[in-house]
Amino acid sequence: MTGKKFDYFIKGEKGNWEVIIGLEVHAQVLSKSKLFSSSPTKFGAEPNSQVSLVDCAFPGMLPVINQFCIEQSVKTGLGLKAKINLDSVFDRKNYFYADLPQGYQISQYKNPIVGEGEVILDMSYGTRKIGIERLHLEQDAGKSIHDMDPDNTFVDLNRSGVALMEIVSKPDLRSPDEVNAYIRKLRSIMRYLETCDGNMQEGSLRADVNVSVRKVGEKKFGTRCEIKNVNSIKFMQMAIEYEARRQVELLEDNKQIDQETRLYDTKKNTTRSMRSKEDAHDYRYFPDPDLLPLNLKQSLIDKLKKKLPELPDEKKERFIKEHNLSYYEANILVSEKEISNYYEEVIKGCDKKLASNWITGELFAVLNKKNLSISQSPVSAKNLSTLIKMIISGKISGKIAKDVFEKMQDNDKDPQQIVDKEGLTQESNPKEIEKIISQALSKNKDKVTQYKSGKEKLFGYFVGEVMKISKGKANPQLVNEILKVKLK
Amino acid sequence: MLIDKDTVKHIAKLARISLDEKKINNLSKDLSSIMEFIEKLNELNTEKTVPLTSIINASLRSRKDEVSDEKIRDQILKNSPEKNEEFFVVPKVIE
Amino acid sequence: MSNISDFTLTKLVAGIKKKDFTSQEVTESFISSSEKSKKLNTYITQCFDKAINTAKNFDKKKDYKGLLAGVPIAVKDLFCTKNVKTTAGSKILHNFVPTYESTVTNNLWSEGSFLLGKLNCDEFAMGSSNETSFFGNVTNPFGDKLVPGGSSGGSASAVAANLTPATIGTDTGGSIRQPASFTGTVGLKPTYGRCSRWGIVAFASSLDQAGPMTKNVEDCALLLQAMSGYDSKDSTSVDRKVDNYSSKLTEKVKGLKIGIPKEYRVENMPNEIDKLWKRGIDYLKDAGAVIKNISLPHTKYALPTYYIVAPAEASSNLARYDGVKYGHRSKGNNLFEMYENTRSEGFGDEVKRRILIGTYVLSSGYYDAYYLKAQKVRQLIKNDFDKAFNDIDAILTPSTPSAAFKMGDKKDDPVSMYLNDIFTVPINLAGLPAISVPAGYDKNDLPLGLQLIGKAFDEQTILNLSLAIEKRANFKIKLKAWWS
Repeated sequence: MTGKKFDYFIKGEKGNWEVIIGLEVHAQVLSKSKLFSSSPTKFGAEPNSQVSLVDCAFPGMLPVINQFCIEQSVKTGLGLKAKINLDSVFDRKNYFYADLPQGYQISQYKNPIVGEGEVILDMSYGTRKIGIERLHLEQDAGKSIHDMDPDNTFVDLNRSGVALMEIVSKPDLRSPDEVNAYIRKLRSIMRYLETCDGNMQEGSLRADVNVSVRKVGEKKFGTRCEIKNVNSIKFMQMAIEYEARRQVELLEDNKQIDQETRLYDTKKNTTRSMRSKEDAHDYRYFPDPDLLPLNLKQSLIDKLKKKLPELPDEKKERFIKEHNLSYYEANILVSEKEISNYYEEVIKGCDKKLASNWITGELFAVLNKKNLSISQSPVSAKNLSTLIKMIISGKISGKIAKDVFEKMQDNDKDPQQIVDKEGLTQESNPKEIEKIISQALSKNKDKVTQYKSGKEKLFGYFVGEVMKISKGKANPQLVNEILKVKLK
Repeated sequence: MLIDKDTVKHIAKLARISLDEKKINNLSKDLSSIMEFIEKLNELNTEKTVPLTSIINASLRSRKDEVSDEKIRDQILKNSPEKNEEFFVVPKVIE
Repeated sequence: MSNISDFTLTKLVAGIKKKDFTSQEVTESFISSSEKSKKLNTYITQCFDKAINTAKNFDKKKDYKGLLAGVPIAVKDLFCTKNVKTTAGSKILHNFVPTYESTVTNNLWSEGSFLLGKLNCDEFAMGSSNETSFFGNVTNPFGDKLVPGGSSGGSASAVAANLTPATIGTDTGGSIRQPASFTGTVGLKPTYGRCSRWGIVAFASSLDQAGPMTKNVEDCALLLQAMSGYDSKDSTSVDRKVDNYSSKLTEKVKGLKIGIPKEYRVENMPNEIDKLWKRGIDYLKDAGAVIKNISLPHTKYALPTYYIVAPAEASSNLARYDGVKYGHRSKGNNLFEMYENTRSEGFGDEVKRRILIGTYVLSSGYYDAYYLKAQKVRQLIKNDFDKAFNDIDAILTPSTPSAAFKMGDKKDDPVSMYLNDIFTVPINLAGLPAISVPAGYDKNDLPLGLQLIGKAFDEQTILNLSLAIEKRANFKIKLKAWWS
């Protein structure tokens, strides 16, 4: 943590404006089959090949809920430190669209499965607690394809009925940076829980953004607009920035903001009103009579709670306390499940601080350079662990280790083999080192004289010479000790 | 009239049913008489009554997360009034 | 020997088993009477060729294990039947051929029965006279210009006119019991959750229930047994063992306590109905039952409640008929025009009325005043029954406030049409089982039925009581086949 202060405001002609943001995140539940039918949920299947009679709303078809999806949403709720509602209700949200075969979406309106919770963000200016309003389960719609034919729209129902968790935040976010941190944190939590893969490209994680502005110091919220159609964090941030400025301009011109849904245009970086559509919307929610109320047993929740994996916040705390890592390091290591898994694999039987240094230093540098994620790392956790152990045991020097690490990146080579094959084992026998030192000193008699007459800076030069002769294998600590004695 | 012509038009739009003037007139009359009949419920004070949530005294049953209905596109598309080999086809959506 | 098609379902099953006649002979007999019944307009789709083939195959294999072995049955055209057109009496589904079979019909076929045809009904089961069907009125065999009741009107007429040995219908507010009463047949609406709704074109999900329609009580018990059962594909189906209604059927009802609700004595009720009701009381007294006066105070609110709940659910259930996936599609320049034209041309007037009422009561600002209010009153109505059933075993009421009426009489006055279901609707709202059993005739020789209402899942008791009434009323269908 640094001493930075929060400073995201929209600077208007009449002063600074605060931006108030709330998110509705739609996260696809990781499950084999859909929420109310047994068709598969795999991404990228042929059009309409993952559609059951239920998903296509044939006459007389009825929904039957997927137990795993219920448990996934409870787990997510627990991960958000949220209240799990033992009684919840599925409602129908009625509207017509080509990719909504039932003419209604089964969702949860008044009684969601998960109530209030929270997400903690680590910002450069401190931690921020973002409130979660609710999480509910609902069906996804199909896909309308408008660009394959000039006169017609094509409909693919593969997604129709896939389970989504809608996670609604409180209007607690204050900047595009916080939105970025929030989505990443939420995604990370769900990936730790294995309840959502968080893949934004494939649409497993989408968000609608509610934006309003108010004068700094003002308590009352302004009128908000909802921005739809933002499918990457970058676009979300741009849309918020644009929308906030638009609202500030309107307000400073003494104009009103209409509460409405707006569409973000990624090409023009603007938002535009979708009001024409909104007018006709009256969703006529009512409890789905094909389903009974959902009653969860406390015992199920307790069971799921027990099986919950360690989540990033707790992990971070543990890494700081028990592994003596800095706050900064711990934060990086827990930021993604794959990173913390990697780290925890590396530290098996080896120094934690050193492991952390290697991962956040050498390894991340390589990954960044090659634009790889940790799961694509050219060096496996096991081999990195072996390498670090060799440093600790004194078998190789830190310097040699860096060379070995370089070589390991080729096909995840075993560091042990590299060291053995190339004879890179560190020389730690004092007698052998003494011999090398003698060699080095006899080659540089003039410099020894200079040193002895007070030019002590030359000490480093001698060390370098020794290392050169030993091809870097001499144990630097021993070299230092013995050299000091020899030069007296 | 409990349900005037504008209301008929509004709900017909929500329900996606097009109506001509004559139908709207008739419906306004019919629906009003039905609603008048329904208004009888206002005699009852139900402030403290808990609404019925389900006629069955049971909790929702669930199924296992197993895949069964796969690759039945022929069946799915069979009855569609307009389709191609892969998709349902509908007139262009105007936004 | 009388005509095979006069026989009851039970006799047909026994006769086939005893080889008194073959399945083919039975099937041919019903096909022959059906073919002569065009005036009644009971069928939407006939599956006669296929039925004959199935019968022939049956006769070759002779597997008598099933409860309905070798007997063909025509069903209401609301049950989805695999590869057989299923219309729900609507233009919007006039060309729909399901690729699946409803659970209930499948249960019948598992018991050795097979499909004879699909029977006419009010469009989406919305109607009390069978006048809302896209495929035209059904005529009541009791009179040329008489309605058969609705919505299972085609089913009721077909049983009364011996066009099918028995049938199954659906009942959302009286759609089995009212037409049964109008045609001198027996019709039972089971407890909500007793029969699967999977594969039945939905009208109002929380009220719909399939049930048997037969010539007598014995058949009714048999068919109910065959069609009932738990179905994991229907979340509202109840996992409870099906009773052996047939073997347990008995007219020994001595000591059973029968409630007579004073609220069912409605204004302007014809004297004949009142007399019928009294006669029913006498029959049951004679059988040793104990009569008790009871009160169901919220009865008068049942119809208004029903006309909120049922249209609300229907407005949503019928949203799927949009011209995209199946059924009728009208032209339109864009998606929204296509929707509006399809639904305007595809639905008839009564269906439109109900969709609009349902849309209205759910719309923004009206939900609490109408839908929520109705669900509260529905709870009160259910409480009335729960309370009453603490002291009694069943309730006896008339099935309908009148005998069959003339076509066109109520067609233009929806509310007077709705009033026909005044005695049947409360039972659907409470999810209870009820049966209509013919008990006499009015002055015009039109049949009249009595309704017995039971506790949840106690279909056996109302079947037994109906049998006791049937035996004493000695009701016989007096019909010449004027239509053939």
